[in-house]
Amino acid sequence: MAGLGDEIRERLKRWTLDLGGPGTRERLEQLTPPRNEYGVDPYGFDIDYLQAAAAPVLWLYRRYFRVQAFGLENVPDEGRALLVGNHSGQLPFDAAMVEMACLIDKDPPRAVRALVDKWVPTLPFVSTLFARCGQVVGTPENCRRLLAADEALLVFPEGTRGLNKPFSERYTLKDFGLGFLRLALESGAPIVPFGVVGAEEQAPGILDLKPIARLLAFPHFPITPTVLPFPLPVRYRLWFGKPLRLEGSPDDEDAVLEEKVARVKAAVAAEIARGLERREHVFW
Amino acid sequence: MATHAPPAAPEVPAPGAEGGARPGSGGSGPGGGDAPAASGGAPGEAGAGPEAAPLPATVAITGISGNLGKKLAKLLHGEAHVVGIDRRPFRERPKDVEHHQVDIRKNRVEEIFRRRKVEALAHLGIVHDPRVGASEAHSFNVAGTQKLLDIAVRHGVGKVVLLSSANVYGPAPGNPNFLTEDTPLLGAARFPGVRDLIEVDMLVQGFMWKHPGIETVILRPVNIVGPTVRNAPSNYLRLEHPVTVLGFDPVVQLVHEEDVCRALALALRPGVRGVYNVTGPGEVPLSAVMRELGRDPIPLPHFLVRPVVRRLFEARLSSFPPGEVDYIQYLCGVDGSRFVRDTGWAPQRSMRETIRSVLRSR
Repeated sequence: MAGLGDEIRERLKRWTLDLGGPGTRERLEQLTPPRNEYGVDPYGFDIDYLQAAAAPVLWLYRRYFRVQAFGLENVPDEGRALLVGNHSGQLPFDAAMVEMACLIDKDPPRAVRALVDKWVPTLPFVSTLFARCGQVVGTPENCRRLLAADEALLVFPEGTRGLNKPFSERYTLKDFGLGFLRLALESGAPIVPFGVVGAEEQAPGILDLKPIARLLAFPHFPITPTVLPFPLPVRYRLWFGKPLRLEGSPDDEDAVLEEKVARVKAAVAAEIARGLERREHVFW
Repeated sequence: MATHAPPAAPEVPAPGAEGGARPGSGGSGPGGGDAPAASGGAPGEAGAGPEAAPLPATVAITGISGNLGKKLAKLLHGEAHVVGIDRRPFRERPKDVEHHQVDIRKNRVEEIFRRRKVEALAHLGIVHDPRVGASEAHSFNVAGTQKLLDIAVRHGVGKVVLLSSANVYGPAPGNPNFLTEDTPLLGAARFPGVRDLIEVDMLVQGFMWKHPGIETVILRPVNIVGPTVRNAPSNYLRLEHPVTVLGFDPVVQLVHEEDVCRALALALRPGVRGVYNVTGPGEVPLSAVMRELGRDPIPLPHFLVRPVVRRLFEARLSSFPPGEVDYIQYLCGVDGSRFVRDTGWAPQRSMRETIRSVLRSR
């Protein structure tokens, strides 16, 4: 999006600082990712672009979803880490909200990298927007490299299965793959489990039209009573749990790994349960 | 501000950990992707680093009349006797460079190797021009390379360096940001134009296995740009109004032609062997390159861009085949850390110099 003119960019950055509240500028200045003379890191992440692009997302965070984040101190200030949580809501606003929490409400802030599906780089504008905001395609090679460089990754092990599940299955967890666990064991990165409460109600999925999804090369084609992409103004609650440090070899038998995955899954489920228990209302 | 460190390219995975988790790299198939791992370890012995080692006394360069070949000849001729082989004449040839205007498939080539006691071969003579007839180019590239390799064995050539390209991996939406040398060469899946190059690359990989006594190096540099080169990326960046794909802005890697020549010279020195990606000063979004050059791109929606580019190519209004659109839409970035680790390679041109180098025409 080269068309994002300088003036618009400055205005958006100011909006981000306004929405972020006092001290936001000072906090964000602590973020110093590597960047070359063209302002990007080797993955195309542009912190300046992120500050501008964050504004509308931050508006959703503060004003629309009125996100409450609990336990942000459990996200390590530095060093490699995997943030692992539940995925829901038809469109991945949950990922954006978790990133905003780590960027705006966490002190010191952290630019968490979300891992996106291989489908994303085929989308015009979205592919560019995501890349400039630091997100990468979730291949094992990319993950290894980023963890070795002490970055924090945002992982939804359920993938689109969780994102597009029907409303009747809300707040249950789909199968977690083994990939994220292998990465954690290999790199020695702690896993921070988190639960997102609220996203399930933002766009209840009634139907998933597989034939249309195939036709359009989308992973899913959900039908909801809301007009996608507009979610309902639910209130989000993010619960971050204590980091799990798992030990063992990434080459263990699947059965051994699955035991560990079950521990992570249980930790995520516990955060969701806590969030649901403390929630008084879906919308406020 | 100084350029950032090269792509976070750490000693990532423990070798054992790697095989299990990722498909398609480890045991990908006979011959193909595994060669580098086996041969990459050797150069450690070089001790002081290959830069200190002297060049072989006689170096044959195929494709010497190309812009890159000329540059390489001028870089080497003070230090080694350079023998050029090309079907084109070599204009502005330095006095001490020998040139043979001959097709590499001809028997006379063997005569040259025999008489000149060639010790090292730099094979640059691969036809990329999409407008040369496909079957003629194919025969020249593949049969010609095979012939040269046979001659190299028969006449005791101790070093073979092939100039391949990072394009052999091919751009794809699911690519990791940094492809390593073990990645399967899928470039031809969507762009048949690189099929010859992939076949030549594989041929030389097989040669590396069959003849462990000959130091063989395959260099796969990222997009080569420079004042004299006339390849697709340089020509594209010279357009006043280049077509881009609306909403796509992949991170690209460029390397200056002089840096590529330096990499070739490094690879010719004793002690270097294996398959290496060669990266330049770093990664930058395509849009930033356009801004640096003051270009005014014409963004076309992705569903229109291929048909338009195809029409233009078929009508001979442009020299860009439609398959090349992938290169301005998706990632095809490589990890060059192995070459850096094994040889101490560092590009000398900065990012800005590299980008702007396409502006100065000869």
